[in-house]
Amino acid sequence: MTTPVSSMVLILVGSVIGSAGAIFLKSGAYQVNRHWTSIAFNWRLAVGIATYLVSSVLYVKGMSNGELSVLFPLVSLGYVCTLVWSRLFFQEVITKMKLAGVGLILVGIAFLSLGSR
Amino acid sequence: MTPATSAPEVHVPDPAKRKLAIFIVLGCTVLVAIAQYLIKLGANHLSHAGLVGTMMGIFTIPQLFAGYCLYGVFTVMFVYALRHGELSILYPLIALGYVWTTITAVVAFHEHMNPYKIVGLLVIICGVGVLGWGSGGK
Repeated sequence: MTTPVSSMVLILVGSVIGSAGAIFLKSGAYQVNRHWTSIAFNWRLAVGIATYLVSSVLYVKGMSNGELSVLFPLVSLGYVCTLVWSRLFFQEVITKMKLAGVGLILVGIAFLSLGSR
Repeated sequence: MTPATSAPEVHVPDPAKRKLAIFIVLGCTVLVAIAQYLIKLGANHLSHAGLVGTMMGIFTIPQLFAGYCLYGVFTVMFVYALRHGELSILYPLIALGYVWTTITAVVAFHEHMNPYKIVGLLVIICGVGVLGWGSGGK
C-alpha cells in the first residue's frame, strides 16, 4: 500500500489548521465567565471548534487512503506550528525545555512510524 | 513547587490551576486515543466518499459519530485547561495519545510490538515529561 500525495497534503493542511484552532480556543476561553451568554455568543470558541471540525474532516479524508506510518508524522508538525502561534499570539516564552520536549515528541513519533511499516 | 514567577499576562496565572491544566490534558489524551481509534474504524467506510459524503458520514456512521462526541468532551476540557495553562505546553502534550493508541493496538488487536515502537513510546513519554516538568520551574 502506498500513500498518495493528496492524503499527505490533506493531513498537513489539517494539522496546521487544527493548531491554529487552538489559538481561538485559548483566546475564547478567557472570555468565559458565569453567564451562559459568554459561551453561547463566544465567536472565538465557535471559530476554534469550527476549525477543529474542518481539520478533522481533512484528517478523516486523508487517513482513509494511505499508511498511518507516513501520515502520523505529518500530524505532529502541528505541534511545531503551535510553538510559533503561542509566541506570536500569547507572548509565551519558547524555553529550551519546550523545544526539547517537542523535539523528543517528534523523534518519538518518527520512531513509532518506522515501527508501523 | 511552581514559583509564581513573571506574570506578563493580564490573565493571572494560578500555579495550582496551571498544574491542574497539565493533568487535565494528560487525562484527555486517553479520550483522544479512543476517539481516534473509532474515527479510524469509521473512516474505513468512506475511502471513496467526497468531502460532503465525509461530513454526512460523521452523522450516519456510528463509530465516526461516537468518535466525534468524545472529541466534544475533550474540547470542553481542553478549553478549560487552556484558560489556565500555556498553549505551547498543553497542545504538544496531546501527543501522549500516541502512546495509548499504540498500546491499545498491541494489547487489544495483537499488532506486533517491535524495537522501533518501544523506542518511539519511551521517547514520546520523555518528551511529555520534559514539557510538563519544564513548565514547573523555568
